[in-house]
Amino acid sequence: MPKETTAVIEQIAHQFENDPTRLMDVARAVHGRLGHLSELSIGLIAKNLGIHRAQVRDMVSFYAFFSRSPQGKNVIRICTAVVEKMKGVDALIEAFEKELGIFLGETTNDGKVTLEKASCIGLSDQAPSVLVNDIALTQLTPEDVPGIVAAIRSGGELDTLPQARVRKNIRQSGPILLGPYDSGAALRNAIRKTPEEIIAELYASRLRGCGGAGFPAASKWEKCRNSPGQSHYVICNADEGEPGTFKDRVILMENPELVFDGMIIAGFTIGAKEGLIYLRGEYDYLRGDLERSLANQRQLGLLGHHICGMEGFDFDIRIQAAAGAYICGEESALIESLEGKRGAPRDRPPFPVERGYKEQPTLVNNVETFVGVSRILENGGEWFSRFGTELSKGTKLLSISGDCRLPGVYEVEYGITVAKLLQQVGAEDAKAVQIGGPAGRCIGPKDYLRKIAFEDLPTGGSIIIFGPDRDLLEYMYQFGEFFAEESCGWCVPCRVGTTLLLKELREVLDGHATHSELAALKKLCGTIKTMSQCGLGQTAPNPILSTIEQFPELYEARLQKGDYYPRLDLQEAMKAGRACRIST
Amino acid sequence: MSENTVTITIDSKKIQAKVGQRIIQAADDAGIYIPRLCHQKDLPPRGHCRLCVVKVDGRPRSACTIPVEEGMAIENDTEELNAHRRMVLEMMFVEGNHFCPSCEASGNCELQAEGYRLGMITPTLPYIEVHREVDATHPDVFINRDLCILCGRCVRASALQDGKTVFAFEGRGIHKVITVNAEHGLGETTMDVADEAARVCPTGCLRTKRVGYSIPIGQRAYDHTPIGSEIECAKSS
Repeated sequence: MPKETTAVIEQIAHQFENDPTRLMDVARAVHGRLGHLSELSIGLIAKNLGIHRAQVRDMVSFYAFFSRSPQGKNVIRICTAVVEKMKGVDALIEAFEKELGIFLGETTNDGKVTLEKASCIGLSDQAPSVLVNDIALTQLTPEDVPGIVAAIRSGGELDTLPQARVRKNIRQSGPILLGPYDSGAALRNAIRKTPEEIIAELYASRLRGCGGAGFPAASKWEKCRNSPGQSHYVICNADEGEPGTFKDRVILMENPELVFDGMIIAGFTIGAKEGLIYLRGEYDYLRGDLERSLANQRQLGLLGHHICGMEGFDFDIRIQAAAGAYICGEESALIESLEGKRGAPRDRPPFPVERGYKEQPTLVNNVETFVGVSRILENGGEWFSRFGTELSKGTKLLSISGDCRLPGVYEVEYGITVAKLLQQVGAEDAKAVQIGGPAGRCIGPKDYLRKIAFEDLPTGGSIIIFGPDRDLLEYMYQFGEFFAEESCGWCVPCRVGTTLLLKELREVLDGHATHSELAALKKLCGTIKTMSQCGLGQTAPNPILSTIEQFPELYEARLQKGDYYPRLDLQEAMKAGRACRIST
Repeated sequence: MSENTVTITIDSKKIQAKVGQRIIQAADDAGIYIPRLCHQKDLPPRGHCRLCVVKVDGRPRSACTIPVEEGMAIENDTEELNAHRRMVLEMMFVEGNHFCPSCEASGNCELQAEGYRLGMITPTLPYIEVHREVDATHPDVFINRDLCILCGRCVRASALQDGKTVFAFEGRGIHKVITVNAEHGLGETTMDVADEAARVCPTGCLRTKRVGYSIPIGQRAYDHTPIGSEIECAKSS
């Protein structure tokens, strides 16, 4: 066995030129071949890549998809995010547990199946869903489980199962993100311009980054172009991990060429030869099609050497598959991950546009932003700026899920009110709407006339709707679990604070708290927001803070009167002692 | 005013800082103490502990990592920030198991000293009670992870000053711990008791074996003056 392991790892490391920055690929490949990453494997990987064992362990222990103990030949990952909870994932888990004879987190005795839970896998509009290895099975009911388990046990092809179907659910298509596109059109327009003219076009469009932060795209491109370096890099952030978002998946399924062209235009503009798509591990099933589309672009002369016949214009795109970590959606953590390290956010300055991937100027944009770029170069910046509001130009792709009749993706103009949106998706009776996922905010009916826009209610695209009968605060608790699970651990307030929030909120929800404890909880939220290094910690208290603001009566109903509520139930605690005395 | 200096204000006090300095260095040079735990002079800053967070033009930033810029208005010793710092300190206490009265590091411990300086009386937050392994496999040095605040000083000192990379992090979130560059324990690494890494721990986590109470209680680093006094005194004398 050790001999065999040595040979496998040597061969895999060789395949990636023994390059330590490709540790993610090496670890994924070894994990795929051997089923887990043992200490033996970790040592051998370190040896083959010329790095320390501790560095390899540091990296592999960080990502959810890597297991360091033996796993089953097949891994079922059940998405247990909030929308999945709403759509009955608990019954589904029970069905899997019963059928397999194991609990969540365990492996069957025959070593065939491991059952695990996963954070949001980007299929909230077709929940509950699971990933079996890298195949997605969607809209499952407990009745589907025996057939699925039988197929897994028999070793048959899973992609022929009727549930192996990822729907696009495009409910409303608009002019920018989802409309028809003639591959290469934007690129051919772009290369007739100078890089400065392209940036001017972006300034005219007033396009803002679509990942959530809304930084003006033109300014980012200009800064990156003007930063000195040996080489420049273009990175497409396809790591949408915010619970309830799946719009980048739909873009990549529907119109990947719009994304590629945006990246190639970026390469042309900032002077980069290499582009990388950081694709979240949960979307591994998209990789085959994306690779085929890239190959097609190369054949059309839109990628590779002398693009569009232009001497010296070389650019190619590599897809980097990831391994499950929400924090890697943050651009500096994403870059760390691309370099084969744990996804810890970097402190800024320097910004990635100055010093990013491999210490070089790096442009990181979201999938949707690159689509915007292509449309701007296809139709003009002025055309683009006609859509949206004064401060939020263009359209936005929304991922709608939860309690509504028509979940799926909607391309809407910035400025749409929540009320109008709810009407469109069939959720007029919504009790609350989570705008921008757990990191965003939860609003109630009194705010439904507010607008989806950077200047009012910004969102990376996730919209989760809660119907009138939902126990809202329990879902906020689950958002809290998500943050505690995904905190990278770099800084104290986020690492410890996200776990403390759970403990303290639980006390409130269970009716073990008074007003003074609620006040202490708010204070804790304030410290986590102020003191955390990156957006994860800074937004982790939002589900609690926004519901305290919007739905104070829900908290009020659970609080005890007076200033103090004993956490220790004396009678209960003494029970054991009493029992002891009687028995002697 | 030379080209190589900038003027910043810290709590309304104007000071000169060298271009390229971090806020915390500039403050140190001016005799202004900003609380800290993960930062140490001779090591590159990381911003793990967040105790040094100050407000730069109203925005919270870690003073150990942010370079000075002309005209920065910095708030440091304010009740608002100190309250946040006390809460962050509390988090470190409840994350581990810091029992000062029986700890050999008491009096020399920077975590304890920051607690005294910032007026933390007792944790008001619930204990997390994580289970962490002790590593006593090395003949001269042991790791008591219950006292680890994940400041990463040993990680940096070992890599950059000792050229060894004996230490690294492992795991994520609340499960993050210090790990060593060996299959089983510190005893298998190239760690030597004379390494810089053995000296940088701010708490009692990484300690030398067979040395106890060589400095009596009452004569220890922070027994008479609070942590930070050395920086404040250096300027006033």
